[in-house]
Amino acid sequence: MKPALDNRHTDLDVMLPFRPAAVTWDAGDWAGLATSRRFGLGLALVLISWILIDSASAQMVGTQGQTVWQTLVKWTPLMMFGPKGEFGGFVLNIVVSFIAMALGTFLGLWLGLGQASPNRFISRSSWAVTQLFRNSPWLVLLFYFMLLLPFFIRIGDTQIEVSGWAKATFALSLPIMANVSEIVRGSMASIPTGQWDSAESLAFSRTQTIWRIILPQCIKRMIPPWMNWYCILTMSTPLISILGVNDGMTLTQDALAAEGRSEFLIPMYLWLMSWFFIYSYPIAMLTRKLENRFAVNQ
Amino acid sequence: METVAEWFLWLKEAHGIKLTIFYDELDRTRFIGGVWTTIHLSFVCVLASIVIGIAGAWMQMSPLVWVRRIMGGYIAFFRNTPPLVQLYFFYFAVDSALSGLLGIRGGILSSYGWAVITLSFFAGAFNTEIFRAGIEAVPKSTTEAAQALGYSRFQIYRYITFPLAYRVCLPALNNNLVNLVKTTTVAYAIAVPETLYIANQIWSDEYNVPEMMNVVWVVYILLVGVLVWLMHRWEKAIRVPGFGQ
Repeated sequence: MKPALDNRHTDLDVMLPFRPAAVTWDAGDWAGLATSRRFGLGLALVLISWILIDSASAQMVGTQGQTVWQTLVKWTPLMMFGPKGEFGGFVLNIVVSFIAMALGTFLGLWLGLGQASPNRFISRSSWAVTQLFRNSPWLVLLFYFMLLLPFFIRIGDTQIEVSGWAKATFALSLPIMANVSEIVRGSMASIPTGQWDSAESLAFSRTQTIWRIILPQCIKRMIPPWMNWYCILTMSTPLISILGVNDGMTLTQDALAAEGRSEFLIPMYLWLMSWFFIYSYPIAMLTRKLENRFAVNQ
Repeated sequence: METVAEWFLWLKEAHGIKLTIFYDELDRTRFIGGVWTTIHLSFVCVLASIVIGIAGAWMQMSPLVWVRRIMGGYIAFFRNTPPLVQLYFFYFAVDSALSGLLGIRGGILSSYGWAVITLSFFAGAFNTEIFRAGIEAVPKSTTEAAQALGYSRFQIYRYITFPLAYRVCLPALNNNLVNLVKTTTVAYAIAVPETLYIANQIWSDEYNVPEMMNVVWVVYILLVGVLVWLMHRWEKAIRVPGFGQ
């Protein structure tokens, strides 16, 4: 979701910079968030509505004698950390997002450099790979690699089982790779050509120019879109539940099936969504803040 | 058509590649139906999300602080929660709660209906931000100049603000709409019979997972590729001269 015409001014001030914001409200700074009045007000509202929902539903329960709140508390450890002795739950979503992001960033950096290569074959094929994974739906990629990668890898005589979540992580890292590749290419293109020329006149080799001159300047521009993609990736991790990985979504549905009562559906799903929200919202705000700060310096 | 079917039959006999959709009447009809569902689901969602975006951007600039806050909350909610969970939430939880409340048996909307609603509001949240940023990119001095020339408020919006704003936000909007088309695959989870879902049915019946998986991938690459190409042409055709690159 990069703004296409970011922060470039023309001499004629026909248009102001186009900048879709992550969120409308501007909470002062990072540390000030927790103490800001608006945040406190919002938190109080959420808590009050919880208590209201809870007490309202406490009257309609009765038979099993458990309120919505008690039920949520009962299932929270399972939804958060997975079944005992296994790795799963919401924590798995976060771990998958970390690994997929790291892998995708690493691969995407090389792919992006490949796109900028003077060798036509390398740049064309890097471009093709980037477009291929950028334009495929995430769920299709997940299906593709979950179903077609082997269940076992044989090295010599030992068989190593490839777990579902490892394959899912790999599949999720591919669209990240493609988008990081585009971020790298775009930010390299935004560095003035004078930088390349002066590096050449100082007898830097091409490799030295890229690693010591161009990329360090790119990092600042790459961080906000990169963080944006991290948020999108985290929001996509529940897709792995469709393929049977025991993530937070799967376990929430298991818990709902075990309870088997339709009045728990809304609170339970909201409970899970609130975890994602609490995790992602601060990152989105920080992204917006960094975008604004870097925009001024340009 | 006959020769194509024969060639794929030969492919199956000679190499064991079972592309049933090319020679089996039933599978072909099913698959084309699936692709068609993807296309019209995308089309309806794109239109609805644009309408939501325009209405949302208008509400976000409302003088009433609570309207703005509610819009802020809507955007924050849909942007920071997973689309799959949103889909489950609306299809399973909201549907059963509403049908219980209204006393309707068997749910109030089909899975297709809930997919349209959820995905449109999901993409609409992004569109709202994009449109608002586009409108804000038109400087006040420009609209004031129009005012001085005797344009009415509506005329200013119709002839000055809108043509400029939509040109500036088109690249970001297109990006989001392409994303929306890719996100329609998530409707698989609530059994909307779109391409991926139908392909799953076919490979369960025919045991041809690798073949169908590749077909699905190619179909989506083509669909999204055509869309990206069209949007790109459009962007080029209407871009504001002397602005941007």
